[in-house]
Amino acid sequence: MKTEIYEHKIFKVSRRDFLKTSSMSMSGLLLGLQFSCTDTSKKLTGDPSIVFSPNVYININGNGDVTLIAHRSEMGTGIRTSLPLVMADELEADWERVKVVQGIGDEKYGDQNTDGSYSLRMFFTPLRKAGATVRLMLEQAAANEWKVDVSECKAKNHEVVHTSGKAFGFGYLAEKAVALPIPDESKITLKESKDFKYITKQSSIVDLQDIVTGKAKFGLDTKLPNTKIAVVKRNPEAGAGLKSFNMDAAMKVPGVLKVFKIDAPGFPTNFNKALGGVVVVAENTWAAIKGRDALEVVWEKGINADYSSLEYGNDMLKRAKSKGKVRRANGNIDQALSKAKKIVEGEYVVPHLAHTPMETPSAVASFHDNTCEVWAPVQDPQGTRKSLAAALNIDVSKVTVNVTLLGGAFGRKSKPDFVIEAALISKEMNTPVKILWTREDDIQHGFYHFPSAQYLKVGIDENNKVIGWLHRSVFPSIGGTANPASVEPSGDELSLGMIDLPYAIDNISCETQEAKTKIRIGWLRSVSNIHHAFAVGSIIDEVAHARGVDPVQNILDMLGEDRKIDPKVLGPEFQNYGEKLEDFPWNTARLRKVVETAKEKSNWGKSLPKGRGQGIAVHRSFLTYVACVVEVTVDDSNKIKITKVDYAVDCGIPVNPERIKSQFEGGAAFAASLALKSEITVLKSAVQQSNFHNYQVARMTDAPYETAVHIIESSEKPTGVGEPPVPPFIPALCNAIFAATGKRIRKLPITLS
Amino acid sequence: MASYTLNINNQSLTVNAEPDTPLLWVLRDELDLTGTKFGCGMALCGACTVHLDGNSVRSCSTKVSSVGDKKITTIEGISVGAEEGKLHPVQKAWMEENVPQCGFCQTGQIMSAISLLEKNPNPSDSDIDSAMAGNICRCGTYERIRKAIKRAANTSTK
Repeated sequence: MKTEIYEHKIFKVSRRDFLKTSSMSMSGLLLGLQFSCTDTSKKLTGDPSIVFSPNVYININGNGDVTLIAHRSEMGTGIRTSLPLVMADELEADWERVKVVQGIGDEKYGDQNTDGSYSLRMFFTPLRKAGATVRLMLEQAAANEWKVDVSECKAKNHEVVHTSGKAFGFGYLAEKAVALPIPDESKITLKESKDFKYITKQSSIVDLQDIVTGKAKFGLDTKLPNTKIAVVKRNPEAGAGLKSFNMDAAMKVPGVLKVFKIDAPGFPTNFNKALGGVVVVAENTWAAIKGRDALEVVWEKGINADYSSLEYGNDMLKRAKSKGKVRRANGNIDQALSKAKKIVEGEYVVPHLAHTPMETPSAVASFHDNTCEVWAPVQDPQGTRKSLAAALNIDVSKVTVNVTLLGGAFGRKSKPDFVIEAALISKEMNTPVKILWTREDDIQHGFYHFPSAQYLKVGIDENNKVIGWLHRSVFPSIGGTANPASVEPSGDELSLGMIDLPYAIDNISCETQEAKTKIRIGWLRSVSNIHHAFAVGSIIDEVAHARGVDPVQNILDMLGEDRKIDPKVLGPEFQNYGEKLEDFPWNTARLRKVVETAKEKSNWGKSLPKGRGQGIAVHRSFLTYVACVVEVTVDDSNKIKITKVDYAVDCGIPVNPERIKSQFEGGAAFAASLALKSEITVLKSAVQQSNFHNYQVARMTDAPYETAVHIIESSEKPTGVGEPPVPPFIPALCNAIFAATGKRIRKLPITLS
Repeated sequence: MASYTLNINNQSLTVNAEPDTPLLWVLRDELDLTGTKFGCGMALCGACTVHLDGNSVRSCSTKVSSVGDKKITTIEGISVGAEEGKLHPVQKAWMEENVPQCGFCQTGQIMSAISLLEKNPNPSDSDIDSAMAGNICRCGTYERIRKAIKRAANTSTK
């Protein structure tokens, strides 16, 4: 559905443009730049001031410079490279002559909300068509010049070549193509995969050199004349208000310019509102930070003042033990479990987690004359734009959102609250303002991953077959951050690893309990797949041992016959990541294939010395199929070393294999943080962690030493890889620890002592 | 406010700042050297790593008043060598291994790696572990960082 909708949108907004970038008086002179070769006649360039801009993503000037718009946000996945590569390939552009420009937040680009591992899935085909359309127009322009049929003209590496061998450069053709009508979609032919030049081939990211030389611009790196720096002191309880504050000491800090308050939104806070608090604006960052330290503030207590994550977690776990609201039902679970010969059961607990991108939320805003322009590292530029318009009470057309590089995001920068703060403060100060969130702000005022408690009970019959699967999942819904009525997980959230269970089990019950959202909860890389895959992938390993079957064989047994899962089996609440099952079936054969590949490539079952072990888990998320084998060493002091990870991945056509591999390597390290290191606890509504000493994340020695990524060859539609590496890694690691030590892990972060 | 004359990337630059101002904010706010990043403010993540007389320091926790006439090198200064615009071998190795994902922490990682290799041209895995333990990469590019350091080590010893 998502894909269809946006394809339609793009072509609706496609337009032909005729732009003059410099004065016409230049053109006569510059036309003389054309030159010809001796063997075959070649005209490469035309009037450089003419820009052929047949759609919003692509333009070509008379020099032959191709500019491609990257409209999705770059947070490290490589999308700012991969989507332009797709266009360049169909366009037959020479990648060396392509310039990538980041698009501002604007509906004309179609969806820009860079989350849910959507970008390639949603835009692969539309952007191929956009490239192919322009290619055809250039071929047509050449055909017209030569007075031949277009079928005799083929675009090739930045030129259109006639069957006779003569050629025109894209630059020369740009002017000729300007006057041509946009061809009907039926006339466009996409390349066959054997003709791909960039798609499925290796390529480096466009920002590589800027990054290693320090020139790349992130949220905090924009500076306008007269930019002031702001930090905000916020109520430890999300959304709660301010009773009073004393600014005397703060105002004495040299460089502090102004102290004032922003109203708190109350709770639920919503996703796009500033949290409120006391703002300190200064000439420089250090003065702002010191000024804030000098503030005396008395906070109001809000409705969640008593929220403590320990009690809340205990309560969730208690309620996970009793029958809940049924969200997927197959067969008769009670009967199946009562007649089972063997029962395997387990409780699984995952804490709140924080995103902690290396770049904290930060942005620059300039409000003047009832217009607002921001430079911000945001995942959702259009959502940011609308939220700014609403917060400032101006028309959306008066807001410009420039998207910088994102220094990591993982879901945090889907929410534009920090950009709203910058804009409100700029308005108050009547000058450009840069907002800095310190690491303490980031860790203590985030949108946390939901804490969860789960209970699973699996029945095995006398034939050693799994006949019953009971899964209860209790966690506060993300929806509760905006809507107080949202007190139980949504079907969407349960389709991320719970009710989408693929195993061929006759009796299944998936149940939930109420859990009220008490703090800002937001999506974090792979969302509820994190805790669901941890529980499901772990208990399946226990089932293998209960059945006395090798864990890989057990997964294959449980998967049953290859099939596309009937949606009726999954029930009415199942969501397929926003896509129709006809377009993206739940195909168990693809899952089987990744399991078999991981088994083979990891040398599964090899003999290992004491204290070492392998574990496997498999998970489909965001329509990408992943199996993961982790190998660990656990020493006598219970120190865990992740020595080897083997991922087998089926993400359809592997558009940019090099970046697919990097996402899996990085995803393993990210998941290692969640499994081994990270935990947010809340006491009386205040987050107890503050920086990387007490909210720990994986460092080099914690991360896997080696990650091998085995990509399945495929001609299926491409699907994303930003999130899918995370879910199966955690249970695979836990199962490896069991293999090495005999200890079962039921709670994250892992403790072995 | 006090006036400090700093030797940054072989240039003598004078700034006005409070004595307790971290070097990081002097570099970023006053001198527009934004390749040095803010990550934690407590010397826990390494994003702000620069060199003082060739040694890695965390500029977020180094007061400007403590720098004196020591030579400060930032990411902007490491490729200024014999040839204009020439990349440092560590930067080259970083590109050849396609290390960066989001890229934010990478300048700090590169500064730590250069400092390691200057002292230890052929580091073992455990040398790399201990030299790089102070630099966090949330994207998880650690495996490639290790490979890039080894590649740079091999290149410079050849």
